[in-house]
Amino acid sequence: MSRARFLPLIVFALLVVAVAWRLATPKDDRVASKLEGQKLPAFALPPAVPGKPGLSSADLATGSPRLVNIFASWCVPCIAEAPVLLELARRGVPIDAIAIRDKPEDVAAFLARHGDPFQRIGSDDRSQVQIALGSSGVPESFVIDRKGVIRAQHIGPIMPQDVPAILQAMEEAK
Amino acid sequence: MRRALLAFLLVAAPLRADSNLPPSRWANEQLPDARQEAAATALMQELRCLVCQGQSIADSDAELAGDMRALVRERIARGERPEAVRAWLVERYGAWVSYRPPVEPLSWPLYAAPVALLIAGAWLLRGRFRRRG
Repeated sequence: MSRARFLPLIVFALLVVAVAWRLATPKDDRVASKLEGQKLPAFALPPAVPGKPGLSSADLATGSPRLVNIFASWCVPCIAEAPVLLELARRGVPIDAIAIRDKPEDVAAFLARHGDPFQRIGSDDRSQVQIALGSSGVPESFVIDRKGVIRAQHIGPIMPQDVPAILQAMEEAK
Repeated sequence: MRRALLAFLLVAAPLRADSNLPPSRWANEQLPDARQEAAATALMQELRCLVCQGQSIADSDAELAGDMRALVRERIARGERPEAVRAWLVERYGAWVSYRPPVEPLSWPLYAAPVALLIAGAWLLRGRFRRRG
């Protein structure tokens, strides 16, 4: 009997430990693509802005690694990311983009205002390529190696502190 | 001060997290074939929305959920089996995207729990009846 008397207290203590642990280490809500290490799914997207080519999976297996940025003109964190992408492009990282659910004039206005580090921009106006890539939001970026295999995924805006990791992933994708 | 703040809140434009494009055609439109639509709906209710993670894509108003509904309907209209569509999505997002957990070593406690609880309940009841008798 004396041992059983403490059972509720023990159960309560376990509950407190469980709750305290979850408060201390919050759940990671990011959904990582499971395609890392696999070949890029085949796709072909029309140009998102006039005067710049669209993007297909064939453009991403060119013998040198490329960064693919998934963005949208209506995405606020993408604005925060824009100067960092410009800096990456300045350092010689070839960047292509997929514009999600966007109009050409909106993409053009976004690039005019926040800079244009992209060599190609495909327009994914129904998020179908985004889903095929296992991406669940904007912005996200994928490092594609020279053979067109997905090597790394960055979820959320690339901030200045993420630049070394991106550059290293690009180096490793060579 | 308070009035100024209220006025400011009233004129402040809410931050949009949505695009300017209309939803995909098959996001909110039923398939003409009732059997296919039933299969698509059943699957959509078992797929998790990636944006509002507690909802199924059938219940969610998120644009990505709409585009996923369109994807499910289009693939089923093309004759794909619902389980093939589910597998295609699981390949991309992991088993997490499906509300039907796979039977694997990691999930066996989930399936064993009801049985274990029933056994524990029977054991408790047995002790109780024995004392009465």
